[in-house]
Amino acid sequence: MLKGLIGKKIGMTQIFDEGGVAIPVTIIEAGPCYVTQVRTLEKDGYSAVQMGFQEVKPKRLAGGELGHLKRNNLPPLKYLREFRSKQPEVSEGDQVKVDVFSTGERVDVVGVSKGKGFQGGVKRYHFRGGPKTHGQSDRERGPGSRSSGTTPGRVYKGARGPGHMGDDRVTAQNLKVVLVDAERNLLGVRGAVPGGKGSLVVIKETRKQ
Amino acid sequence: MSELIKAVEAPVNPNIPALRPGDAVSVHVKIKEGNRERIQEFKGTVLFIRKSGNDQSFTVRRVASNGIGVERTFLTRSPRLEKVVVDRHNIVRRARMYFLRGRTGKSARLKQKF
Repeated sequence: MLKGLIGKKIGMTQIFDEGGVAIPVTIIEAGPCYVTQVRTLEKDGYSAVQMGFQEVKPKRLAGGELGHLKRNNLPPLKYLREFRSKQPEVSEGDQVKVDVFSTGERVDVVGVSKGKGFQGGVKRYHFRGGPKTHGQSDRERGPGSRSSGTTPGRVYKGARGPGHMGDDRVTAQNLKVVLVDAERNLLGVRGAVPGGKGSLVVIKETRKQ
Repeated sequence: MSELIKAVEAPVNPNIPALRPGDAVSVHVKIKEGNRERIQEFKGTVLFIRKSGNDQSFTVRRVASNGIGVERTFLTRSPRLEKVVVDRHNIVRRARMYFLRGRTGKSARLKQKF
């Protein structure tokens, strides 16, 4: 059975469990999603389900996108994402809501992390920086040496250093579902989720079983 | 803040009145012992109130026997809090009553507000 949803991160808060312990939760407005296409091994070479989220005005979508959704009489949807699934057990046009998940389950949440801009090696890769004393006033957060000497005589490709940080696709694995509100389409997972408020997130069954 | 977040947060406990720093309060806390649940009272002075809304907490200081100070922080929206009774309001001029920490006995008294 396919378990996956597309949603929007709302923000974080804390809620209390039965024992009265406060747990940090991220609230996600998840679904309702629609199954827009089922990809099969015979036809597409792999097995997956394409789902759509967030209704928009028809004029916000291109003609081809509208036609793709119209095949199954679905409303215009802003986002389409695919979920790999060997036995999806869903058919095109189905609606998927938050109640596919239940509390206590573990999920993975995929999002795009907040962009940090061009950052130095200390923040980006936890370089230690240079000494703070003994007359070394100009390299407290410097990257140090980037490479060896005459051999190899160059910097290896992919060497860590300063550069653009954040705005990456990040998966938060093995998060516990602590809240499912089918009425308001809300899902609460324990802990933090990548991305800022209002950003798109994809919720899947966890890989870590 | 988002209305959607507010919808899932804990409800306000009607048995907890508005607290002020310096108030002499008794906090009734539910405590679980095995299968039995009982109520424990914690009496003291409100040192400070942190944040507001869902994440609000308050710290109560009480001087136990031998003049040892005991401070306990409670989450205001916690379901473990049965009720809070304000025994008296005191005249205080600051929001955080850190100065009480060094004092015991006579010097730790506060004037009552009527």
